Amino acid sequence: MYKLGIDVGGTNTDAVLINENKEVVADIKHPTTPDVYDGINEAIRTVCDTAKIDRADITQAMLGTTQGTNAIVERRNLAKVGLVRIGAPATLAIPPAVDWPEDIQGVVEDYVIIRGGYEYDGKEIAELDTDAAKDFFTRVKGKVNSIAISCVFSTVRDDEELAIAKLCREVMGDDIPISISSEIGSMGLIERENATILNAALCHVAKRFTEGFVRSLANEGITNARVYISQNDGTLMTMEYAQKYPIRTVACGPTNSIRGASYLTKLQNAIVVDVGGTTTDLGVIEKGFPRESGVAVTIGGVRTNFRMPDIISIGLGGGSIVREHDDGSVTVGPDSVGYQITSKALVFGGDTMTATDIAVRLGMADIGDASKVAFIDEDLANKALATIKTMVEESIDAMKVSSDDVEVILVGGGNIILPKKLIGASTVYVPEHAGCANAIGAAIAKVSGYYEKFIDYNETPRDQALAHAKEEATQQAIEAGAIADTVEIIDVEDVPLAYYPGNTCRVRVKAAGNLA
Amino acid sequence: MRKIGIKEIEDIALGASLLGAGGGGDPYIGKLMAMGAVKECGPIDLIEPEEVPDDALVVPIAMMGAPTVLNEKGAGGSEYRALYDMTSDFFDKPIYAFMPMEAGGVNSMLPIAAAARMGLPMVDCDGMGRAFPEIQMVTFTIGGVQATPMALADEKGNSVIFRTITNKWAEDLSRAVTMRCGGNVAIAPYPMDGAVMKKYGVKGIVTRSETLGRAIRTAKDSKDTDPETAFLKASKGMKIFKGKISDVLRETRGAFNYGHVLLDGISDYRGQKAEVTFQNENLIVKVNDKILATAPDLICLVDTETFIPVPTDSVKYGKRVMVVGLPCFDMWRTEEGLKLVGPRYFGIDTDYIPVEERVKGSVQ
Repeated sequence: MYKLGIDVGGTNTDAVLINENKEVVADIKHPTTPDVYDGINEAIRTVCDTAKIDRADITQAMLGTTQGTNAIVERRNLAKVGLVRIGAPATLAIPPAVDWPEDIQGVVEDYVIIRGGYEYDGKEIAELDTDAAKDFFTRVKGKVNSIAISCVFSTVRDDEELAIAKLCREVMGDDIPISISSEIGSMGLIERENATILNAALCHVAKRFTEGFVRSLANEGITNARVYISQNDGTLMTMEYAQKYPIRTVACGPTNSIRGASYLTKLQNAIVVDVGGTTTDLGVIEKGFPRESGVAVTIGGVRTNFRMPDIISIGLGGGSIVREHDDGSVTVGPDSVGYQITSKALVFGGDTMTATDIAVRLGMADIGDASKVAFIDEDLANKALATIKTMVEESIDAMKVSSDDVEVILVGGGNIILPKKLIGASTVYVPEHAGCANAIGAAIAKVSGYYEKFIDYNETPRDQALAHAKEEATQQAIEAGAIADTVEIIDVEDVPLAYYPGNTCRVRVKAAGNLA
Repeated sequence: MRKIGIKEIEDIALGASLLGAGGGGDPYIGKLMAMGAVKECGPIDLIEPEEVPDDALVVPIAMMGAPTVLNEKGAGGSEYRALYDMTSDFFDKPIYAFMPMEAGGVNSMLPIAAAARMGLPMVDCDGMGRAFPEIQMVTFTIGGVQATPMALADEKGNSVIFRTITNKWAEDLSRAVTMRCGGNVAIAPYPMDGAVMKKYGVKGIVTRSETLGRAIRTAKDSKDTDPETAFLKASKGMKIFKGKISDVLRETRGAFNYGHVLLDGISDYRGQKAEVTFQNENLIVKVNDKILATAPDLICLVDTETFIPVPTDSVKYGKRVMVVGLPCFDMWRTEEGLKLVGPRYFGIDTDYIPVEERVKGSVQ
């Protein structure tokens, strides 16, 4: 019984195998290829060969991939979306996608804003205009590939979004993908609608990466495995879920690193520093899961309020170029030799001084040919190391919530460039298999359920409301594939709303459990 | 007169977040309304206060209610017609132009949407020159102008016009109606004639906002100087401190977001400490226990790299910020002005001294 975890990144495709005792049996890195499936196939083959296991014993296969993000950023393979917004006469002043970059605005092929929607307390703004929706679906049938539905305060009540989705099925048939805003984003109509449109636009890409992964597995003789896709909160989706909610794969890479780091060190609270070839991502692990970003997140120039891990990226990695300036100062990065490190770095016989060369010169790492960096002045090397140290220390500090020291976990292939003592860190951990923390994060992930609503505590007492919220989140996790008695509540938040009547709070609960 | 289109709206919105001095709310949703209106109806005319005849009717446009609701419901677009009709009927004359009531935050954007949809010009003038938390905190109050008759309209087509005995009553009654209308409405307070607007308004504030927005956006492109110097020069801001937020102490006092931000100096300020106190907006900044600026001067926290303003609801440990002081509108520095918005009104027991005098000798 093995779990196979794959993480497709910009530079490398990582693969790991984990046995039933949750131990890492093998981990490998393979360069990401133009057709990502070549790299995935190779990675699967290599990791299975390394571990020398029977492929029929692999029962779960997890994929973390950047294909969804890349499709949005590069505006490739995006589907034509028809949008129905429910809420007129409110919201008419703001047309959909009004502030999107011009080269992606065209994703919204056609839209309509129909009467309906809710007030903050669930009262109807206007009677739902189903005729207008029906006309729209008839008009766009055959012209769009995917439908997005948004509704004012659908996070309070989703009835009208569901009714319009049903109507869409009746008019446009069973095959048209439908994305519903209450299932995608949180409060803030426009940002939620934006995330819903992007989700709808990813329907082709999602079909391709889920089916492609299954095909890759089959090609390598892995046919007994249940297949899962990583989402960006550190939990997994089934194939069917991933095809419905592809937007949830955005930024799953850093999340998987954070989760993997936590798993390898058994730490539940820490700052994770993931050093790659060109950049270093810092994230925070809280109770075993990544801390979510509190601000609006922009994906490919489109503002969304979709949950995302709180990550900062700095231009520092194993391939970062080291320069000495006339005034004696030494800088590191932000430019990097990137994937060409094995030919350009000094230790590999190249001509460019990189952060990795500094680490080798100072005896922190044993990579390539150390004699090729012996000529580097020790003073210069120490200055470069001090620069690297300060860059990371300042970023760690920016991620902290107080001045107290925190535990820090270093992962990623480039972690050798960092000293093992850092200001602000109580202890610095570099776990075994740190280089493939992201694929490990994918392999060990749980499945989750989520609940968010406005609740007036004067109408529903707090304990009753929270109990109901926990039940709903748990139920969702079970529906997503979790074993019922392993489901735990991992996050509860209730925030009072400013300027609201009564005692209204935004209640959010997240649950997660182990896979069957 | 000049045209305001999409590009100008972007800069004005960015500048408005600086003029919010930590408060005023995120202009984002307002920006979308302004963009939506301009895309549909074309760019608006921004006119100089002097272009408005003395006896012409000028009306500020603003929103009232919960920002969270605004972020869901936006606006319908027909509210401005209702506000126009009610106000115009009341005075039995046409409205000559709209104007902003405050330059900071979301309210900087709504008059642009209103002007575009009604085909009216917008005056380059407001009643605060920044953001303030209470309805009477406008320079027009000094001129004896009342908030009412004030028209209020929701997106469903409901509208009300208020006549109240005090501004406090205007606030109380309109808030009650706002809640019944779904938590957010458009209002047209302080209708006034051109002469009053010219005498008491903060002139050129929209242009100022646009200049500030451009200063933030283009600071990085400067060829002559480093970005920080370029930003300070273009914004005419005074650099008061640069530091890392070491702690944020928050309290809830009534409906206000109240607290203190503690800063540890970085770069040239290493070893020094500063403290910023806020109540929705930033009220006072002390460096090494010495007061360097107080309300009504603007105290703005901006990101040290991007110069994007950091509002009081998102200050958090570890963020690196520069504290920048901007002088307030002259009329706030008079006895009547300070009674409305001076440090003592906000519970700070100190005399008002203009920021440019306080920082003399203390600022690099």
